[in-house]
Amino acid sequence: MMKTEPSQIAKQKSSTRELTFSEAIREALTQSMAANPAVYLMGEGVPDPKGIFGTTLGLREKFGAQRVLDMPVAENGMTGVAIGSALMGMRPILTHQRVDFALLAMDQMVNNAAKWNYMFGGKLSVPLVIRLVIGRGWGQGPQHSQSLQAWFAHVPGLKVLMPATPYDAKGLLISAIEDNNPVIYFEHRWLHRIFGEVPAEMYRVPIGKARTVKEGADVTIVSTSYMTLEALRAAEILAKDGIEAEVVDVRSLKPLDTEHILASIRKTGRLIAADAAWQSLGFASEILAIAAEAAYKDLKCPPKRVTLPDVYAPSSPAIANHYYPRAVNIVNTTRTMLGYPEQTEAEMGIEQETPLDVPDSSFTGPF
Amino acid sequence: MAPELLKQLFYTMLRIRRVEEKIVELYPEQEMRCPVHLSIGQEAVAAGVCGTVTPTDAVFSNHRAHGHYLAIGGNLNAFLAEMYGKATGCCQGKGGSMHLLDLSAGFMGSAPIVGGTIPVAVGAAFGAVMQDLNKVVVVFLGEGTTEEGVFHESLNFASLKKLPVVFVCENNFYSVYTGLEERQPAGREVYALASAHNIPSFQGDGNDVEQVYQMSAEAVARSRRGEGPTFLEFKTYRWREHCGPNYDNHIGYRTEAEFQEWKAKDPIVRTQRMLLESGVMTAAEIEEREGAIAAEIEAAVAFAKSSPFPEKQTLFQHIYAN
Repeated sequence: MMKTEPSQIAKQKSSTRELTFSEAIREALTQSMAANPAVYLMGEGVPDPKGIFGTTLGLREKFGAQRVLDMPVAENGMTGVAIGSALMGMRPILTHQRVDFALLAMDQMVNNAAKWNYMFGGKLSVPLVIRLVIGRGWGQGPQHSQSLQAWFAHVPGLKVLMPATPYDAKGLLISAIEDNNPVIYFEHRWLHRIFGEVPAEMYRVPIGKARTVKEGADVTIVSTSYMTLEALRAAEILAKDGIEAEVVDVRSLKPLDTEHILASIRKTGRLIAADAAWQSLGFASEILAIAAEAAYKDLKCPPKRVTLPDVYAPSSPAIANHYYPRAVNIVNTTRTMLGYPEQTEAEMGIEQETPLDVPDSSFTGPF
Repeated sequence: MAPELLKQLFYTMLRIRRVEEKIVELYPEQEMRCPVHLSIGQEAVAAGVCGTVTPTDAVFSNHRAHGHYLAIGGNLNAFLAEMYGKATGCCQGKGGSMHLLDLSAGFMGSAPIVGGTIPVAVGAAFGAVMQDLNKVVVVFLGEGTTEEGVFHESLNFASLKKLPVVFVCENNFYSVYTGLEERQPAGREVYALASAHNIPSFQGDGNDVEQVYQMSAEAVARSRRGEGPTFLEFKTYRWREHCGPNYDNHIGYRTEAEFQEWKAKDPIVRTQRMLLESGVMTAAEIEEREGAIAAEIEAAVAFAKSSPFPEKQTLFQHIYAN
């Protein structure tokens, strides 16, 4: 299993342990439920033996069936139910095991949750967290693998988070649960099993703040979710040739920490936006637009996007292997920007220990 | 029914009618710059149902919500100011006619996406039960909504959890210009859909305010006893166009004869006749009440018209709650 770099956010050494991303989510849920009786969990499979990739295991035993609920297969209706309960003072956390399933609930999320506070003149807000799982691999195919963060980040009134480390997974989820607005919380399936340092106490990572994960002078890589790990790998490879990449983990797509991102772009003069979603009108395009509008004169070369192509994820590994952007794409995009020739993965020293359709060798399916 | 109660329901209907007639009168001035979905002809459902709940309960509604808002006690000044897009409106000018709210009256919100507020109402009941708030939730919906998937999702969950919700369906036979016969199978009554979810469901005359009240009172009592949801279908008729102040019997989707047939069943005229004939009320009393309502409406219109528009910066307020 892979390890993330230690968080650079201040932490107390005594209370810091390593947890997986899944365990960090479970701890955030546990502590939030213990702290506030209004918090409850709902979703297809929440109390089942798999427990949403392990993130809800044991919670029904701890908090009871009234607060840890499975639900009818009715994504739109149950989103409305969650909203209604929030209007009455509850703090629901709704989970969908794939973002694709949540498309059935776009009406309630966009027409009601996002707008309720605005359209009624600020009289009633909707404190609601919706956990959406995205991911890749294992032949999930066109309807189990989409990355639609840009859809949600396009909508005023929603907050959109994409943690990339166990530390942020816990701290951002606690902030989301305590927020009085609807928050969409994206989890990449390949992050669930990574390890990282996570303090035991209940802490918050502020919503709307990006984080410089690695400093560098030559290029800024603005990344989301799992692409932050790919960006860090790319930075390591680039370092062998003396190229210093700065990696900025966006963490919060909405509200977006525009100033933090711009400061990095102004410093390095080069920009790559890495987001594992479709390129056209996507989040990476937004980052480039911000750079073009506010940092045009600081750019030394045209900015680039490293994204999915505008096609669907196929099931067969033979063609899916060409679908997802990886460190190699970020490295070669950077090299081209700086006038270096492109390299093969072998030349970069990347050895594939596992097939490209699994996050690590312990993953053997079936989903 | 106790004479005083019937009188009260009559006045509620009369007030809704007069407010909406005032909207008809003033709409051509082009100062109410939002769509209006009038409920003239359907007032008995609003008055009868809202007469059975209290401000500590919760009412949700849809695009045709004026009557529901007024019947449950929503503030008239704030309502008209909202129509005029004023800062003093119930949603500070953010909502208009299709988004009404008055929390002090228990009016939790109306919204025009067909079916959109049904699961929210069910969720409000769910949230109330989880916190032992002892509330009954009423949600008004049109018969077109019963064609939406989310309607069935909501009824399924309300039935599963035995939630204190009363689903009130106003069947006015038309979804905009499309008749029921083009949308639902012949021979299958709307209320039968709720029975399939194991929800007690009943059909009544939506122009008979007494019947509406009694059926609703039973449904609300059932919910208060913890026995779960009820579905009520009331057949009624909207006199005016789907959206706007005018009559539209000439444009071809329905007939003048059909309208006249329903107009003869005017819930207000019908109740008034009953009250006069039984001697509960005198013509003079009605005249006096008409005068009081007219004065109230004039004052509310003056309030709305003289209220300030929202400041420019309020455009950016309320995207997020604090």
